Amino acid sequence: MSQTRTFSGGIHPAYNKDLTSGFETVKMPLPAKVTIPVSQHIGAPANPIVKKGDVVKTGQIIAEPGGFISSTIHSSISGKVLTVQPEEHPMGQKVMAITIESDGEDSWIDLETVSDPFSKSPDELKEIIKKAGIVGMGGATFPSQVKISPPADKKIEYIILNGAECEPYLTADHRLMVEDPESIVKGLEIISHITGVKKLYIGIEVNKQDAIKKIEKVLGTNGTIVPLEVKYPQGAEKQLIKAITGREVPPKHLPMEVGAIVFNVATAAAIKNAVCEGKPLIERIVTVTGHGVSKPGNFMVRVGTMVSEVVEFSGGYTEDAAQLIMGGPMMGRSVASDSIPVIKGSGGILVLPEKEVLTDSWGPCIRCGMCLRACPNQQNPQLLGNLIEKGLFSRISEEKLEELVLDDCFECGSCTFVCPANRPIVQFFHMAKAYFRSQKRK
Amino acid sequence: METRTFKVSYSPHIHNGSSTSKLMWNVTLALLPAAVISVYAFGLNSVRVLFLSTFFAIFFEALALLMRNRNWKQCFDGSAALTGFLLGLTLPPGVSNGIIILGSFVAIIVAKQVFGGLGSNPFNPALTGRVFLLIAFPVPMTTWPLPRGIEQAKQFMGLATTKVTDAVTAATPLAAIKEHAEKALPNISTSDLFFGLHTPGSIGEISAIALLVGGIYLLVRKIITWHIPVSAILTVFVIAMITHFINPAKYPHPFFHLFAGGLIIGAFFMATDYVTAPIWPMGKIIFGIGVGLLTIIIRLWGGYPEGISFAILIMNATTPLLDKYTVPSPFGSKTMRRPS
Repeated sequence: MSQTRTFSGGIHPAYNKDLTSGFETVKMPLPAKVTIPVSQHIGAPANPIVKKGDVVKTGQIIAEPGGFISSTIHSSISGKVLTVQPEEHPMGQKVMAITIESDGEDSWIDLETVSDPFSKSPDELKEIIKKAGIVGMGGATFPSQVKISPPADKKIEYIILNGAECEPYLTADHRLMVEDPESIVKGLEIISHITGVKKLYIGIEVNKQDAIKKIEKVLGTNGTIVPLEVKYPQGAEKQLIKAITGREVPPKHLPMEVGAIVFNVATAAAIKNAVCEGKPLIERIVTVTGHGVSKPGNFMVRVGTMVSEVVEFSGGYTEDAAQLIMGGPMMGRSVASDSIPVIKGSGGILVLPEKEVLTDSWGPCIRCGMCLRACPNQQNPQLLGNLIEKGLFSRISEEKLEELVLDDCFECGSCTFVCPANRPIVQFFHMAKAYFRSQKRK
Repeated sequence: METRTFKVSYSPHIHNGSSTSKLMWNVTLALLPAAVISVYAFGLNSVRVLFLSTFFAIFFEALALLMRNRNWKQCFDGSAALTGFLLGLTLPPGVSNGIIILGSFVAIIVAKQVFGGLGSNPFNPALTGRVFLLIAFPVPMTTWPLPRGIEQAKQFMGLATTKVTDAVTAATPLAAIKEHAEKALPNISTSDLFFGLHTPGSIGEISAIALLVGGIYLLVRKIITWHIPVSAILTVFVIAMITHFINPAKYPHPFFHLFAGGLIIGAFFMATDYVTAPIWPMGKIIFGIGVGLLTIIIRLWGGYPEGISFAILIMNATTPLLDKYTVPSPFGSKTMRRPS
């Protein structure tokens, strides 16, 4: 095996993955009710095509893509549509959602299975992926049919599967790689067939040796496994491409600029399920973890299941559970209530006990430079953070802004993680981005 | 089912546990070996100076915070203590109590709090305090009581010692060679400078080995980076080597310059002060070279025997400029447009 590869910058948080990484994924029983938002992806929300009282089957399309960058939404159970109205969404605002009451049957639509996906044309396969509502399952939820169709002038040389799973605590991708490497590899081969790209890579952090071995066995010589250093954010798209190809995606550009397309391993498996078994994306593995839940583990959950039910099924909260995070501790979103549904991008439900909740008081910047060394993008969190804290947005000229590539910050949180003054640098960035976006609109 | 409400905060939700205060106390800890050696060499006098400078630095910090309507308890965050401790280490062991307190006042009030306190001062507070005292009280600030082993010290200096009131004093090695290089040089051994038990000088600068132990601790704990100390020390070393090669009788060999005076404490503990030093690697290297260059120029050809304090303060003034012009290009910005 070749030497582990990585990028420059980054951090080494406590991973806490052994809370869940050793346990087999448990299939969660069918929920009595699901609430399925029409926006579970980047891009335009889907348009509902069912109404109150309609009877739907598992896997039936209930909302059609609302634009080019959009996705298809399916019912994840069979039953009756209760309401079509805005509901609480894991990302914050209320979003149009379809609530379905289960009939307890889980009767599926007729599934169109394909025994030899390579006999199909790329266009046919893209259509299947679009219809199946596949989106990036690493959390960014970019519609896969768009990603897999790069403009003709971009020559794609590499397909990279992301099995880094660098977020602390989360092990959903890890379990998938161990339990179903066949689907991941088959999905990769389908992607290769669609794009015509032959250089196939799977990047996996070396703390997942069992996953590396399993995938290696199935993959054979069809692709290359790249062992990656255990470092956060190793699984960030641009950092992963740097580690594997040595190429740096220019600021404000997509990976295809350097000839690479990256999919999460779970996305590849979802593509295989869609193509070979005709199954749309209606369930996913969710890691329920943290010292705020009594029995951490990985669960196969239907999209639209309430977070509260998932936690209850896993064994419930501990007495001192204080913070609920959708996703991992670095980039996950802290939410006030567990009455929100699991969506396609929900890889983790993290619950922190009272004593692990961070203080929100911060001190002045002492210019120690730790944030600069932690930043995987070699940006300037120190300067920006200070200007933004003081509200000196106007001091940042347009050219300077170009130079600082504020938009390239993907809010990985490394700078904030290492800041000795506990400054909320990511939050400053977030605020500044919103400010400059609103300026541009004017 | 009961509904729970959870605390909401912005990501990330974990932290590496570092704090400003832990950093400051760690730097102070790294200075302890030098302080211990100073107590051995100068006895209780050294304890007196270090205690007064540190105590009054914290006192003035609390006072200023109160006047600025801030939480006065922040005076215990370690930054004022470190400033006071560093100031004490740069003073001769015999200075009077009043001078020490005035030094702490200038360092904390004039050099730090007036500019807005922690994180906002352009010049290193401890050095500002020291340089103020050096200019205001040139005689007490350059009167160097001898450490233990006066007899060895007499031999070692090769110069007559002067009896000022009760204490026997002598020139520091750097002052001695400034005064009379040809006469002093043959009598100064590098190992004495390295261990520092018999050398006159500021409390904290005498033992190079003790300071190096602390400096390496800071590097290993990743509290400082190598850029500033290495570039500053290397610059002094290279120029000293060249001048020594040209005229060995007049110019001391490079190791003399390394271990005599305040180069080690300055390069590791003062030039690396986060607030007043550049933050980018390239800026740090230029800053370090500047410090080294100014130090050796003052030592060899300037009016003062030692130049590290002036060198660091002068280079502090260049920090905003260096920060502006040494920003590395962000990730991916060097990627060439590929012909498609």
